[in-house]
Amino acid sequence: MTVSDPATAPQSAATAAPRPGPGGIAAAPLPPGLFHDGAVLTVEHLVVEFPAPRGRRVHAVSDVSFDVRDGETLGLVGESGCGKSTTGRAIIRVDRPTSGRVVFDGTELTALGPEALRRARTRIQLIFQDPISSLNPRRRVRDIVAEPLAIWQRGTPAEREQRVRDAITAVGLDYDAAADRRPHEFSGGQCQRISIARALMLDPKVVICDEPVSALDVSVQAQILNLLEDMKARYGLTLLFIAHDLAVVRNISDRVAVMYLGRLCELGPSDDVYARPAHPYTVALLASIPEPDPAAARNVTPIAGDIPSPIDPPSGCRFRTRCPFAQQRCTDEVPPLTAIGPERFVACHFPLATSGPRSSAGSAGSSPEPAPPIQVDTPPTAP
Amino acid sequence: MSLLHKAGRLAFPDVEAPGAPPLLEVDDLHTSFRTPLGLVRAVDGVSFTLQRGRTMGLVGESGSGKTVLSRSIMGLLPRANLERSGRVLFSGHDITAMRPRELRQVWGAHIAMVFQDPMTALNPVVRIGRQITEHLRLHLSMSRSEARETAIALLNSVGIPEPRARLRSYPFQLSGGMRQRVMIAIALACGPKLLLADEPTTGLDVTIQAQILDLLAAQQAERYMAMILVTHDLGVVAGRADDVVVMYAGKIVEMGPTNALFSDVKMPYTEALLASIPRLTDPVHTRLSAIEGRPPDLVSPPHGCRFAPRCRYVQARCTEEEPPLVEGDTPGHLFACWFPVGSITTRGPRPTTAAQSGPSS
Repeated sequence: MTVSDPATAPQSAATAAPRPGPGGIAAAPLPPGLFHDGAVLTVEHLVVEFPAPRGRRVHAVSDVSFDVRDGETLGLVGESGCGKSTTGRAIIRVDRPTSGRVVFDGTELTALGPEALRRARTRIQLIFQDPISSLNPRRRVRDIVAEPLAIWQRGTPAEREQRVRDAITAVGLDYDAAADRRPHEFSGGQCQRISIARALMLDPKVVICDEPVSALDVSVQAQILNLLEDMKARYGLTLLFIAHDLAVVRNISDRVAVMYLGRLCELGPSDDVYARPAHPYTVALLASIPEPDPAAARNVTPIAGDIPSPIDPPSGCRFRTRCPFAQQRCTDEVPPLTAIGPERFVACHFPLATSGPRSSAGSAGSSPEPAPPIQVDTPPTAP
Repeated sequence: MSLLHKAGRLAFPDVEAPGAPPLLEVDDLHTSFRTPLGLVRAVDGVSFTLQRGRTMGLVGESGSGKTVLSRSIMGLLPRANLERSGRVLFSGHDITAMRPRELRQVWGAHIAMVFQDPMTALNPVVRIGRQITEHLRLHLSMSRSEARETAIALLNSVGIPEPRARLRSYPFQLSGGMRQRVMIAIALACGPKLLLADEPTTGLDVTIQAQILDLLAAQQAERYMAMILVTHDLGVVAGRADDVVVMYAGKIVEMGPTNALFSDVKMPYTEALLASIPRLTDPVHTRLSAIEGRPPDLVSPPHGCRFAPRCRYVQARCTEEEPPLVEGDTPGHLFACWFPVGSITTRGPRPTTAAQSGPSS
């Protein structure tokens, strides 16, 4: 997979002029190299807003752009209210995008009519967070898993049953014991296996996993993560993996995109982002993870403050209200997504660490020296 | 049990005399529920002691009995269909033998609890201010204005901005992290000697979780309280607890000082639990070592060691005899295993795919 030249990239918006979006959001020009040739899913200037009382709007997703390459796993990570789930749902138009484009395998999903959209959705499947409530409690497992085939009338009934048998076996359940039971007879982990089997029935290209392991115990979480890796290899899937747990996302993702309050903060290869986070928010997120090792030094003060409301997000950089390095410029200007190295992008006026030479594109060229790394300081309150 | 502390002296010093009983002593506690399917043995023979000023991490997966244990300690479980034996001694007084009236004097004033979900634990139609001051007025007999000023000081100490204005807020007007701070302020209001924190950060975001855990640690150190931190996350206890108790299927399977336990894990369950956590230091796409199968049915738990059906080191003896909780080489480090980690060199094969057997009955 090669990085596309911005000049030849077919759907690159890098050269397109900025256009004003709704709610006063001006779509910033995108950095070269953000989109790749042969990307299976491209999200371009995605904006999702919901109406709120008194004529206000919830800015759930604001000008988010990324792509997912064939066969890779892209992790979408952030705290609650950051828009990661809305992004996943807007891709298949469960939530309708306010503006922006979503291109899947050459088809612009955002421009499709209802029937064409229904057809396209067979190739993008969604796995939900709560495995028990996402299965119909009144139906038997065999019918739940077979339903996609029944709706689309794929194959003869005998062929369908064989497909269902294969899928249920593939996700690690005993078909003969499970097929005639109903979801309440299964544990959360087993229900998630059934959801995965159902998602695989129509041979999807892309599977969007929305917090698939958040509701599970750690031991079961490991089983499901391993299963997702197996299914990805076996069925040639591309995964968009949405989660709030950075360690889980790191384990499964080739690249990771960090979101905060509706905006993309940072995007890059998992190893690189975790080793050299450039956005102060990524640094803070990484520092907040409790490590299961008493010897691990908890040497970074957690960031203060609460996540602001997406109804009235801060101007400029949305993280500025909690950022230890915020300057006047962070209030005045929205930091555009900027290339800071090969495959590395960050939306920050004063990125912390850079993994490579700074790109002259965007605003990075004019920014001052990077801010010093976050002060190492043991909290005085620690026992 | 008299209420010795008065308003304005919430952070009372420890005046524990030498030779006094430990703050909390749990002795062979059994808690079972009668259900149509049979007797569910949620807590099955648990014993430990907790001294003042210490933090104990109580770790287990869902269904391990950690929440039932913490509620048994507090005497919070409904009495219908409950079978209980064993003793819970709080400063030498048996909580299990107390009448509801006596319990009400203990709750809030001496033992307090921070619940997992602050939205459902707080009363949604009562302002924050009254939810805090009602404890102060009841237990400490404060006047209205005294209680109000104390409530403001409490909200301030748990890091709530504009505490005076917040007294008039309803719970829904606060974020999840702020609600949990209010819960903590309520729990701390009467200066309890023991704080039970039942999954206090489970519904919270990771940056907020770090704030709340730091707040609990700071308040605990300042007030010299004992704290039981109930969690499913070994990461949370590793950095915060003095001692760790690991539960599995209603029993303590391993306990000890945090550093000793983490550096020399003896019980295969603890080892497997630690191994199943994805680490930031591992390379991308590292295969996780999942624990096969699922926790046992607590109505008819397996014979012998309850972890035996899922254990990679299982031997014949494990399914025949139940291992007792015994002390190993390190003082204070106890585990219940016939063949602790490191004692057997022949390891059973570890399947690479996570295969689960049929559904539950």
